[in-house]
Amino acid sequence: MLENSTQYTIKDLKSPNEIRWCPGCGDHAIINAVQKAMVTLAIPIEKYAVISGIGCSSRFPYYMNTYGFHTIHGRAAAVASGLKSANPDLSVWEITGDGDALAIGGNHFIHMVRRNIDINVILFNNKIYGLTKGQYSPTCDRGKVTKTSPFGTVEDPFTPGKLVLGSRGTFFARAIDGNVKKSHDVFVEAAKHKGTSVVEVLQNCVIYNHNIHTEITDPKHREDRQLHLEDGKPMLFGKDNNKGIVFNKKGKLEVAVIGENGVTLDDILIHEAGDVDGFIHQQLIDMKLPKFPVAFGVIRKVKDLVYDQCMEAQIEEVKENSKIKCVEDLLFSGNTWEVK
Amino acid sequence: MSTEAKIIELDEVAIRFSGDSGDGMQLTGTLFSDASALHGNDISTFPDFPSEIRAPQGTVGGVSGFQVHFGASQINTPGDLAHVLVAMNPAAIKANAKFIRLQGTIIYDSDSFTEKNFQKAQFKTTDPFEELSLHDYRKIAVPISNLTKESLKEFGLDNKSVLRSKNMFALGLVCWMFNRPLDYIETFITKKFAKKPTVVEANLKVLHDGFNYGMNMQHMTPRYVVNPAPIEKGTYRTVHGNQATAWGILAAAEKAKKPLFIGSYPITPATDVLQELAARKDLGVKSFQAEDEIAGICTTIGASFAGHFAVTSTSGPGLALKSEAMGLAVIAELPIVVINVQRGGPSTGLPTKTEQSDLLQSLYGRNGESPMVVLAASSPSDCFYYAYMASKIAMERMTPVILLTDGFLGNGSQPMRLPRMSELPEINPAHAHDVENYKPYKRDAETLAREWAYPGMKGFEHRIGGLEKGEDGNVSHDPANHQKMCDIRAEKVARVADMIPDIDVYGNPEGGEILLVGWGGTHGHLLSSARELRAEGIDVSLAHFNYIQPLPQNTEQIFSKYQKIIVCELNSGQFALYLRDQFPQFNYAQMNKLQGLPFTNDEIKSRVQKEMKGSLSC
Ligand SMILES: Cc1ncc(C[n+]2csc(CCOP(=O)(O)OP(=O)(O)O)c2C)c(N)n1
Ligand code: SF4
Ligand SMILES: [Mg+2]
Repeated sequence: MLENSTQYTIKDLKSPNEIRWCPGCGDHAIINAVQKAMVTLAIPIEKYAVISGIGCSSRFPYYMNTYGFHTIHGRAAAVASGLKSANPDLSVWEITGDGDALAIGGNHFIHMVRRNIDINVILFNNKIYGLTKGQYSPTCDRGKVTKTSPFGTVEDPFTPGKLVLGSRGTFFARAIDGNVKKSHDVFVEAAKHKGTSVVEVLQNCVIYNHNIHTEITDPKHREDRQLHLEDGKPMLFGKDNNKGIVFNKKGKLEVAVIGENGVTLDDILIHEAGDVDGFIHQQLIDMKLPKFPVAFGVIRKVKDLVYDQCMEAQIEEVKENSKIKCVEDLLFSGNTWEVK
Repeated sequence: MSTEAKIIELDEVAIRFSGDSGDGMQLTGTLFSDASALHGNDISTFPDFPSEIRAPQGTVGGVSGFQVHFGASQINTPGDLAHVLVAMNPAAIKANAKFIRLQGTIIYDSDSFTEKNFQKAQFKTTDPFEELSLHDYRKIAVPISNLTKESLKEFGLDNKSVLRSKNMFALGLVCWMFNRPLDYIETFITKKFAKKPTVVEANLKVLHDGFNYGMNMQHMTPRYVVNPAPIEKGTYRTVHGNQATAWGILAAAEKAKKPLFIGSYPITPATDVLQELAARKDLGVKSFQAEDEIAGICTTIGASFAGHFAVTSTSGPGLALKSEAMGLAVIAELPIVVINVQRGGPSTGLPTKTEQSDLLQSLYGRNGESPMVVLAASSPSDCFYYAYMASKIAMERMTPVILLTDGFLGNGSQPMRLPRMSELPEINPAHAHDVENYKPYKRDAETLAREWAYPGMKGFEHRIGGLEKGEDGNVSHDPANHQKMCDIRAEKVARVADMIPDIDVYGNPEGGEILLVGWGGTHGHLLSSARELRAEGIDVSLAHFNYIQPLPQNTEQIFSKYQKIIVCELNSGQFALYLRDQFPQFNYAQMNKLQGLPFTNDEIKSRVQKEMKGSLSC
């Protein structure tokens, strides 16, 4: 598969094009983390293909020194699906925004996930349409005031992770733009996962939706408001790392403090990213402030059949068993007759 | 009364098999056509499906028909009107009355003439022939249902299974009438039901009983002889247009040494193209049934970016959905073929009927200046060739190409002389070779094609996309560059003219009074009409177009040689509009039809005759 690893540095992955994102935009940090992850993965550069839709975030391929394709609004998932199906040997990355993936491209997004094509999806969630200058997106909370909702929206948002689960996704992770170290780790895991890996990155748009994630990302409170999941480890968080997630009597998640009400470390749930049953994964995805911390890291990572591999395998199998080996065989098969 | 059958020698015969959707008329028609083709006749077929899959049994809406035209000379159309109608119920007679030739023969299942069936077919009386004023026809009542039951009484089958075989009785009878040997049909049935020996036995028994019935009832049924047609030497088989299209694509991929990808979404009447290719995993085809037409073309574009030869197939409404992505293929200059099997529109329109009304959509239906190469096939079997050429143009010139066929071609069938791969023209995709000097939009000086480099090729890493680019592949908002790139994309398409043949004129290439101009699927009808008119001494010629954008280089010169040009098409004048724009110096009269049906020879001939009278009087 992806052997012939070579050694290169992050500089080799940067294209000469000047980056045009606004100063302070979260996208700068995300591209940094992606490039670092690619260096870690050490896949030959020519095997990376970065496919994007349309949006601020989708300018991404122009800043990469890899193969890249800036397609049309909402369709990156479909273009990437064709690319990966045609050549499963490539490392295909889809760059998309909350509008690109979940509004105009919603149909392609869910079907890519359902098919489990081996594509790494980085979903830049700034909860706004950046490129078109500030209209509401399918991840805006009800009541959000934007240029197209001057009196507030009257609709509720998608939770991207739940959409992934509902589409029978095999990999979902969450990251924060500014936390390059953690994003890097998540991207590497996403790339290693066989199947569609969706990473939702909470991204700050300084111009049209500044501070939309600050409640969660604010360094002053982050220990208490972020739960960084690690596979096989207890779900602990908090400044003193003494808070954790437990099951309550109703079978739902709850925050508990070790040492209070008789709670011990043993009561804290252990994160199982590979649990095929998505029940707990969904509850983790659903956790919101202020009742809960917000979950980050790889929330779900389960093994399943991979579309592009199955497609290849089926072709090999049929080839082996068929008498038709070339087009002439096909043309001259069936009921033919000679005219002399 | 003589007991010998009257033997009628004919040059050509059209038979229409018709019955309820469940009566197996498509299979009956197909088997009869194949048997005729094997017998050495030239054939052309036209299936006429109901658009509702499960219209109520016995109603006119549920009638399914299959017309086959075969002859001792070249057959270009399925025939306007049938010499023989086989009708399995009263609804079939009602639905097809207008398709029977005056004094033609109607063979019908007299057991189906029941009160209930008359009602279902909305006859007011119990005499459908009288009600439809079918006076001058030879009507042959055959108790097909009961004879089938009688034939199978030893088999102990249930009533439903027995009646399912009645189409075989009709087929046997018609084979006797037209002197077709049964061996091909026998082999087919034996193979098809190999796992169900009783079904094989029952069907063969009924088939033979039908044949023998004809022989025994000679006094009732006329017998026809249609001699084999003189045809070019070679190996032949019957193909449907959609099948031929798929094969042409396969042949092109093999010739270009490219893996083939198809991303598509089912839609009548184009689905068979996807199905044919999906079945060809043995030839390495990657078929991707997408979630919609947009994804169909976008996966195709993705596969093309990956270096595969990639195609997408659809019909009108699907083509509309693909518009934005076609524009992406235009600006990204990636080779894809978009196969559009036209049907009646607008909107869902007439899904199972034919039309040529997507021409302007194909030429102009995209945002921005977005020129594409457009080709049109003109017979079920030449779908192979034009699919092949569309692929060759796409891969050599790095441009998306639209191939237009239509429901009439796609579902129609014809014998096709099978080519050897060595007979087909070379295909040399515009691959990038020179790593040192590669630029995404560097062009071949002659063809203006850019070079095809794709992920996995070391050293050629580059970015493309929907934003306007400079030669280096970087985004460019420079006004002069946009002008230049638009001009180049248009010129690149125009230069495809250097690889397409001049247009051939049938009739009098030196010029003359009337030039019929057609394109795509109307070729058979226009050609046979022109032939018949010329035989009557009328000075009419035919220029039929397969290359629409660009047009053949001699088009203007040809047009200038005729006094009158009549552009004939199954829309309200789209090609005429295009030609007026290309060559405004000529006058274009029009012949148009929007009924979901092909032209008939009579229509074309009377249109020309009218034109002649017009010119005499002025
Ligand atoms: C077919 C089409 N419709 C609309 C647009 C306009 N458009 C471009 S990007 C965009 C929304 C982008 O939002 P998002 O995907 O969240 O990306 P962001 O800019 O926030 O990164 C819209 C509506 C377009 N380019 N194409
Ligand atoms: S508008 Fe917002 S999302 Fe777009 S580049 Fe600027 S800060 Fe980033
Ligand atoms: Mg956004």
